[in-house]
Amino acid sequence: MPIRRLLLIAGALALVFAVTLLAGLRQGLLTLLGLGFGAVLQGCRFGFTTGWREYLERRNPHGLWAQLLLLALASSLMLPLLAQHSGELVGAVAPLTFSLVLGAFLFGAAMQLTDGCGSGTLYKAGAGSPLSVVVLPTFVLGSFLGASHQPAWVALGGLPPVDLLRYGWPLALALTLSGCALVALLTLPQARAAGPWPRRWVIGAVLLALLAALHLIVAGQPWGIVYGVGLWGAKAFAALGWNPAADPFWGVAPHAARLAEPIVYDVTSVTNFGLLYGAYAASRWHGPVTTNLPSARRLLVAAAAGLVLGYSSRMAFGCNVGALLGGITSASLHGWVWFAMAFLGSMVGVRLRRRIDVPQGAVFA
Amino acid sequence: MNTNLRLRRFRRFTALFWLGFTVLILLDAFSSRVYRPEPPPIALGSGQAPGGGHCSGR
Repeated sequence: MPIRRLLLIAGALALVFAVTLLAGLRQGLLTLLGLGFGAVLQGCRFGFTTGWREYLERRNPHGLWAQLLLLALASSLMLPLLAQHSGELVGAVAPLTFSLVLGAFLFGAAMQLTDGCGSGTLYKAGAGSPLSVVVLPTFVLGSFLGASHQPAWVALGGLPPVDLLRYGWPLALALTLSGCALVALLTLPQARAAGPWPRRWVIGAVLLALLAALHLIVAGQPWGIVYGVGLWGAKAFAALGWNPAADPFWGVAPHAARLAEPIVYDVTSVTNFGLLYGAYAASRWHGPVTTNLPSARRLLVAAAAGLVLGYSSRMAFGCNVGALLGGITSASLHGWVWFAMAFLGSMVGVRLRRRIDVPQGAVFA
Repeated sequence: MNTNLRLRRFRRFTALFWLGFTVLILLDAFSSRVYRPEPPPIALGSGQAPGGGHCSGR
């Protein structure tokens, strides 16, 4: 095995060991799962943003179908677990608020400009994509601010959470699978025209579903991203002298306690750390990567969109991972609302993207 | 500006960014002094409710 690969593996083990030493075995295991998420996302180039854009621009639903396969597989694994271990495992269930509708729409639009959703931004930043490296700090800032304003957005009103699991997991699973099948059927003619389904999409969906189920088993909750990202922002501002005591989100339980704890105690943060490194290792596994630097204007637009991406993700109770994947695989109706609204937002985002200087293929090679 | 030079500068910026990121995490890990009983390694079968933060609102 080349020395480069040994070093990459040693780095991964060192990360898991360090987190375990600092925060315990559960956090170490979650870091390990994060490494898996990052490696699979990067290795299979599994992107929610790209999948949607491919459909919107070229009517190629391969990526969309891969996401539906992921949702179907993960739901099949997770819903029975959530139903049978309701005290130990908790799903991602959120209300159907006005903030969810608007936030998901904005997120869908922004993710086309940042060329990455929540998981996409992290894995591409880990792999060294200049665009995502520039987006990450504003994504952090936006998530922090969005969380801080979340109580005010939620107070605008809406409907209470709809948790289909209350009708039993077989019915919840049947409804979830029917939803996935319906979306797949709507795009069936285009799928036939697009040719064979690339293997990387299928492999990515299967592996991510397994990892998502393992995450639920270890953490007791679905995989999430933006809570940790917002926490990093809150930590940074607290270090700069900001007092979170009066903040309606970060100043109240349980978030205030998490802000006071070391960051390695936070479930989503350690998974994110693993994801970043996993993507880095996967991108360097076969040797050095070639990177093209987008124009300064493109970087600036992406950074601005990153702020919207982070902010809207907290309005909408999560990103493509916490709300779309976590919500739907928890049989929470908010996941489907998020899906619909973010897709509509992406239709706008794709058009905006065309107006900006985005040379095809120059973002990250 | 020469593309290679821009790229080299950006790579240097990226390296510094990740270095700073790592240093901040380490500083935070070693400066926070909050006692927390270690949770069981796996939530399933632990008999305890999960206490982690999640973007869905918890």
